[in-house]
Formats: sequence, C-alpha cells, structure tokens
Amino acid sequence: MTIMTFGRAINTGLRKAMENDPKVVIIGEDIGALGGVFRITDELQKDFGAHRVIDAPLAESAILGTAVGMAYRGYRPVCEIQFDGFIYPAFDQIVSQVAKLHYRTRGRVRMPLTIRVPFGGGIGAAEHHSESPEAYFTHTSGLRVVAVSNPQDACTMIQQAIACDDPVLYFEPKRRYHTKGEVDEDALEDALPMDSARVEVPGTDVTLVAYGALVQTAREAAQAAEDDGISVEVIDLRSLSPLDFPTVEASVRKTGRLVVTHEAARTGGLGAEIAASLTERCFYYLEHAPVRVTGMDIPYPPAKMERHHQPDLDRILDGVDRVLGRPNSLTGLED
Amino acid sequence: MSLPGTDPTGPLNDESYIQLLAPDGTRTASEEFDPWLEDIDGDRLAALYQDMVVVRRLDQEATALQRQGELALWPPLLGQEAAQIGSGRALRKDDFVFSSYRENGVAYCRGVDLTDMIRVWRGNRPSGWDPYEINMATPQVIIGAQTLHATGYAMAAKFDGDDVVAVAYFGDGATSQGDVNEAMVFAASFQAPVIFFCQNNQWAISEPVGLQAQGKLSDRAPGFGIPSYRVDGNDVLACLAVTRKALDHARTGGGPSFIEAVTYRMGPHTTADDPTRYRDANELEDWKRRDPIDRLAALLSAEGLLDEALRQRVQKAADEAAAEMRAGCINMAEPADLELFDNVYTAPHPVLARQRQHYERYLESFEAAEGGH
Repeated sequence: MTIMTFGRAINTGLRKAMENDPKVVIIGEDIGALGGVFRITDELQKDFGAHRVIDAPLAESAILGTAVGMAYRGYRPVCEIQFDGFIYPAFDQIVSQVAKLHYRTRGRVRMPLTIRVPFGGGIGAAEHHSESPEAYFTHTSGLRVVAVSNPQDACTMIQQAIACDDPVLYFEPKRRYHTKGEVDEDALEDALPMDSARVEVPGTDVTLVAYGALVQTAREAAQAAEDDGISVEVIDLRSLSPLDFPTVEASVRKTGRLVVTHEAARTGGLGAEIAASLTERCFYYLEHAPVRVTGMDIPYPPAKMERHHQPDLDRILDGVDRVLGRPNSLTGLED
Repeated sequence: MSLPGTDPTGPLNDESYIQLLAPDGTRTASEEFDPWLEDIDGDRLAALYQDMVVVRRLDQEATALQRQGELALWPPLLGQEAAQIGSGRALRKDDFVFSSYRENGVAYCRGVDLTDMIRVWRGNRPSGWDPYEINMATPQVIIGAQTLHATGYAMAAKFDGDDVVAVAYFGDGATSQGDVNEAMVFAASFQAPVIFFCQNNQWAISEPVGLQAQGKLSDRAPGFGIPSYRVDGNDVLACLAVTRKALDHARTGGGPSFIEAVTYRMGPHTTADDPTRYRDANELEDWKRRDPIDRLAALLSAEGLLDEALRQRVQKAADEAAAEMRAGCINMAEPADLELFDNVYTAPHPVLARQRQHYERYLESFEAAEGGH
C-alpha cells in the first residue's frame, strides 16, 4: 500500500498498462513534456518515448480518428481529452466509429480504446472546462462508460479499461485529483470487475446512488444523516454503462427509498434512467418515488455561481428528507 | 455573378493534369512517369482493360438488382473505373485501404467476394467483407471520416517499422470536412505513410465541386506540407503510375501524398438520386467522350491487341462476374431474428443481455399463441 493522490494513481495505472503491453499508446494534447495540463501523464513520454506518448496537434476528432486507425492495426490507444467540454469535436468519431466498428464488422475489428475525460466542476474554471457529458455516451450502445471516485479505483480501473476489448470512456473527477488515498498498485487481479457497482457505506433506510466526485459528498451526507438517526446506504456506481442494476436493486429492495445524485443536468441524465429502471424492477418495494438531486438544466454556469448548480451535502440531505417524507425544502409545494 | 462552381472557364475546369493516355487513345510519353509503367506490357494492358470492363459490368448488374427490388440501394461508380482500377492495381496486398462506399472497383482489385460486395446494400449485414482478409476497411458512410483512420493506421505501421502504406479514398465533397483537413495535418506532422486519393467526380450529390472549392483540390495539400498530384482520373495508366510513385515515396520514408484524380460521376449519387434535377445533360455527353474504358480500348486497338479472342475473354469474364453477383444476391441467407443483438460488445453486457432475453420471449409469445389455436 502506498499513499498517493488520485492523479498519481491514474499515472501509476497508465504506467503499469504500458509496461504490460507494448501496444498501449497514449495520444492527446500537451501530454508529453508537460505531462498533461493535470500532469496525469507526468514522465511517461520521457520513459516510454514519443512514439508511445504522442503529443497530438490540436484536433480532437483526429485524436480519436487516428486512434481508430491504430486500433485497426492491433494497437490499444488511450486518448486523453484535455477537458470534458473539448470532447464534442470528437463526438462523431466516438459515436459513429469507435462505438460501432465492432458491430459493423460483425466482430472482426475490435476498438479497445480508452478515452480519458477529466469531468465535472468545482475548480472555478472557465466555460467548457467543468462539464459532465457522460449521458451522451451512456446513450450510445457499443461504448462502456466508467467514472472513478477514489485513488484505488482510479489505478485499477484505468488498467481494466485499457485491457478491455471494448471502447471505454473513463471519466475522472478533476476536482478530486489532489485527494490522497491508499493504493495497492498490485490490486488488479483481485479487483472488483469494472462493470460492478460497490456499496460504499452500508445502510438500511435510504439508498443513495452517486458516481465520480459526488461519491465523497454522498459519504459525508451519510455521515451527517447518521447523526440524525437515518441510515443511508451509499452506492458508488463506478460503471455508468452498463449500469449494475442488481447491486442497486438489492439495496432498494432493502431500503425502499432511492436517491440518485449527479452533477450533470437532470433532463435525460443517468438519474432518469436509474429511477425509471429501478421503478420497473422493484416498484412494489418502493415507499416513495425515487428522488433526483442533480445539476440544473442550464449551461455550466460561471465559477461564482457553480455552488448553486452542483449538488452538495445539504442538497443531498434535502433529497434524503424528501424520499423519507420528512420536512424538506419542497414541503407544502403543490406542483 | 455566377453561382459557385458554374463558371466553365474557372480554375476547376482547368485540364492541366497528368495524362499519359489521351481520350483518343494516344499514348503520351512522360519522363517522370513512364518509368513507373515499365512492366505494363500488352498482357497487363489487357488485364487493366478487363478489370475496368468487369467492374463496369458489376456496377450495372448491381444497379439492375436495385431496380428489380433485390437491393435497397446502390452507389454507382460508372465513369470512375480508371481512377479505381489504376490506383487499386498499384497497391501491394499488405497495403491497407480505407474507402468510402463508392470504391467497389478498388474492392474488386483487393479480391473481394462478389456477394460480400452487396450484403450491405441488400440490407442483410452492417458490412460485407472481413477487413483483414482483403486489407480493406469496411466502407465509410460518414463523409471523410476514414481519412483519419488511414492516417492512424499509417502512423501505427510506422511505429512497427513496417513498409506498408495506408490509402484513403474519398471524394471532392469530403475535402470540405474537418476530418479530411485534420487528417492531412496529422499525416504531415507525423510523416505518416498514407496516400490521400481524392476522386474529384465533380459532384457531391447535387453540389458541384465549385461549391466545395474555388481552386484546385490538389492545391490544398501543399499548404499542409504534403506533395500533391493532379491526374486525369479517366486515364488508367496515369492513375497507376502516379499511385505507384506516391506509394514508393511513402514506403521509403517520404511521408504522405495527395492525389486528385479528375473524373466524372456518370451516374446518380445513388440509385435513389435523380441527377436530371441539377445537372445539364450536355455535361454527361462531354464526359462520355473522355470515357476511361473507350480510351484504353483505342490504345489496345491501335497496338493490334484488341482482337476477337480478347473481346470474348473480357465479355465472358464480365458476364460470369455479373452472374456470380446476381446468384449471390438472390441466394443470400436472411439474417436470424436475434442477430441484431450480436457483436455490440466483445464481452457480456448484462443490460443488453436482458433486453435481448425479453425480446426473445416477446417473439416466442407469438409462437405460443399460434400453437394455442
């Protein structure tokens, strides 16, 4: 076990993947000498060479499109998208090519790409630097989508993503890059499968589902609720596509109450899919309609307004109160 | 002021291009390109002629199959045989092609199974051939997207120290796409062994090339630091020679090249298109005088090679190929009910597996109901 930051944990996982497989190459903007704007690829170009850690010209569609060509030739490219909001120029290559080539070629051509995306707000950034675009990709079949919440998962799941023969979008909560935690660098073999959710905090009254940066906030909310005598079970989804419904369902059958939280806007978000699916799967176990605590349906706001947009401890607790039928911010509101 | 692309005296109609075989079949000597044709003797000329006739016959057969309701759609290559056969026959078996949907002549050169050529167009499969069997990617429908794939493949070939070349085929319309321009940036920066083979067939569905570009398409590549050629795309010898030269350049570490093959889409964009709505019939007549097959036939005749035996051999090959394609089309097995769920992922995906299971039960519910009567 080593104590390391979230960012260092991803770097460690990348390094291990590159050591284990010479076909792993990394391509992205500023990832060489600079080590990436967040330093996630720090020192990798120095150690593996410019042919394996490739500083790309500033064209996201080309980063993905050339990675497709490399995958055609048996490579396992890891594409770094510098910021969440910069992924859209690559959207066509991801959705029309990366996601569909295995299907289109009836399994002959594999697209074992990993697409790393720093996502979410909370760092006081400029426009296009704080977005949560995960639902665009969970809506696209052919892709796997994960979001990591802690240094250990960051280290193991980047290796699992790279080893996976399907394309994986790997969302990194950028505001947690400096969070430290214990990391067992050799945990890969015994690690939980990449598509499994994990019960972070066991509880009996309310199921609280989160992913990425909000897992830590959810844990804090569970702690605060416990002080009020409410037992909250926190589930870290980890995999956003496929969703691990059995794990969430087992929890909801026990608690009868579901709260889902994410930074992304509400409409058409993961919360909608989880609430609808859990309602279908265990309607008769529910004591209350599922509650969503999410970002607003707005473009990501300027830094000084983002605290109103992002779910925080108090908003999550308000959602917990709502699902329990306790007095809450909406009490007395008819519509 | 004239509309873009409609000025007949504009630079786009400039006939300054590499031509080794004139429309009347006259062979023009070229110090630069003749060395690339030294092995093209009478037999090889006849083989190129046969390829073009067979490909045109296959194209006509597929168009007929669409008209008869056997194919849902077909994108004809009529008029572009020289560009496709000339470049396609220049390639080595281990080179890798990334094409659009119109390069069935190139696919023929790669040795594609003729039934595989039409699976997509019958609606039976998302793709026809195995890309690794003929070293040709499954055709690309998103305009220009494949130029990036070719560039990435070439970058990877260079990492491997392999001397294969990737060739991207696309049309004049694609040159307006960001992906094509990004591909040229990457290819130049990484000196990737890739050829950008642009068939300028003058039309992107209904839009004339002048709407895509106010100058020659071949003039763009040098701006990216990529050597460029403008070739008579209806001249199979020029297309062969120029492609061979660009391949050699790439193989020997010279990096990318761009080739604009100036040709003409004699047919519609696809069988669903109606060119009479947007182009002048006289234009087609002009281009028929520059027909790629006629001019090679004229050369063969002039050299006394186009005898009855050759005519019969070529006709027989074309008829047999067409019959094989037709039989493959008519006898193609229908996809199984649940095949649509296959190959979305390489490994089990529980959410999709459950959806498949529910749909399977839904289908079975009809069988149960029928069984109950």
